Amino acid sequence: MRRAADREAAPALALDPIACVGHGLCAELFPEGIVLDDWGFPIVLDEASDPALRDHARRAAKACPALALRLRARG
Amino acid sequence: MTTRLLSAAVPHGTTDLAHHRAVHGALPVLGRGDADALVDVLTAAGLRGRGGAGFPAARKLAAVAGSRRPFVVVNGTEGEPASSKDRLLLGRQPHLVLDGAVTAARVVGAGEVVVVAPAATHDAVARAIDDRAARDEPAIRLVAAAEGYVAGEETAVLAHVEGRPPVPRLAPPRPAERGLDGRPTLVQNVETLAHLALIVRHGADWFRAVGTPERPGTTLVSVSGAVARRGVHEVPVGVPVDDVLRLAGGPGEPVRALLVGGYFGAWIDGAARPALTDRDLRPHGASVGAGVVIALGASACPVRTVARLASWMSGQSAGQCGSCVNGLAAIAGVLVRLADGDGTPDDLRLLHRWTAMVDGRGACAHPTGTVRMIASAARLFAVDLEDHAHHGRCAACAGTGRAAATAHGRAGAVAA
Repeated sequence: MRRAADREAAPALALDPIACVGHGLCAELFPEGIVLDDWGFPIVLDEASDPALRDHARRAAKACPALALRLRARG
Repeated sequence: MTTRLLSAAVPHGTTDLAHHRAVHGALPVLGRGDADALVDVLTAAGLRGRGGAGFPAARKLAAVAGSRRPFVVVNGTEGEPASSKDRLLLGRQPHLVLDGAVTAARVVGAGEVVVVAPAATHDAVARAIDDRAARDEPAIRLVAAAEGYVAGEETAVLAHVEGRPPVPRLAPPRPAERGLDGRPTLVQNVETLAHLALIVRHGADWFRAVGTPERPGTTLVSVSGAVARRGVHEVPVGVPVDDVLRLAGGPGEPVRALLVGGYFGAWIDGAARPALTDRDLRPHGASVGAGVVIALGASACPVRTVARLASWMSGQSAGQCGSCVNGLAAIAGVLVRLADGDGTPDDLRLLHRWTAMVDGRGACAHPTGTVRMIASAARLFAVDLEDHAHHGRCAACAGTGRAAATAHGRAGAVAA
């Protein structure tokens, strides 16, 4: 399990940790790519940028009530 | 010792413009057409930012050069409690700092320089600005620096200058793209600009004549903790850490450990005594950072020291990111319990779990820098932590108060 923050390239699914208030919907909708820490705040995993999971990532980003998740366009 | 930044120093005072020019020579007048040449000479010199992150100065300058109506901001906020080199330069060598800032402003085409400096240096800086007023230079505006650890982060500095609370924002966009009033802004540390002022006079080869190939030049080192005199010294990068301790009057007792690089730095064994350059410090997880060295004496309890550091850093969170607010408070909590002898082996397990969990999170470097420092302590002081977890307060704790009572006090006494 690797964190997106450890990657060299920008992750496909980007979290704005200031905007995030820890609703936790993202981890519920997209457990393959996002887990919650011990305080209920999301940790975006490397797997979140997997092209095969792009639809799940998009659903999580759309569901965020704080608009803290963004799916970047990428080739 | 090699002095460059401090070679025009006068005892107990501020170097005036006449003495500054007599020692360092006139400042070459560069303009917008010289941007490429300055980027080249800074690249050849290998100058890196001296605020802590060590970003190449040439790349930062190049990112702003050629943009439309940029600003130059001199960052003298120095939120790091163990560092006092930037206020030393501002208070005693303001013309060297202003030379660097003016040069940077001229080549990037900035019409205004904003100097963000601690209030204690304002008399010296304001007088220096007045003395230069007759010269054909960009306007220089002086702003009182905000207090607090995160206030020195460059996006927090910009927020402060714009009159908003001095807290970081998510980057990118970096200040070079979107800074003051939304315009491209070069935010540069005080010491970095002072080096730049000498490099434009003497060139890259001169700069590289001391220091290491990887980190050339001299650096200002703030030494504190278990030494005779806390203070700032200019040394070539790469000197043995023992030399730095000697300049501070030597340790008053055997040195158990050193915190190198500041509160975002790393703890290294007191017996290791590496050279002060990133190549030697890297294996210890440390870097020169902003040039901070704190000595922990053998008589101090490292668990208490780290608990107090963690508590202070937790209190310095900007309060914006969940991982920082909750994570640092939780980590400080277990450390304080362990320091006070109220902890359990389970607290120790949580300490390791949470330092790993917070690493790499947050909009700025505060949570990551703090937990990496704490993780280095957890490695180096593993035996002491185990001892506290299983047997309560240690021999070194005897006669000291509870960490919980002092957890929110000033950080200045942390490693004393």
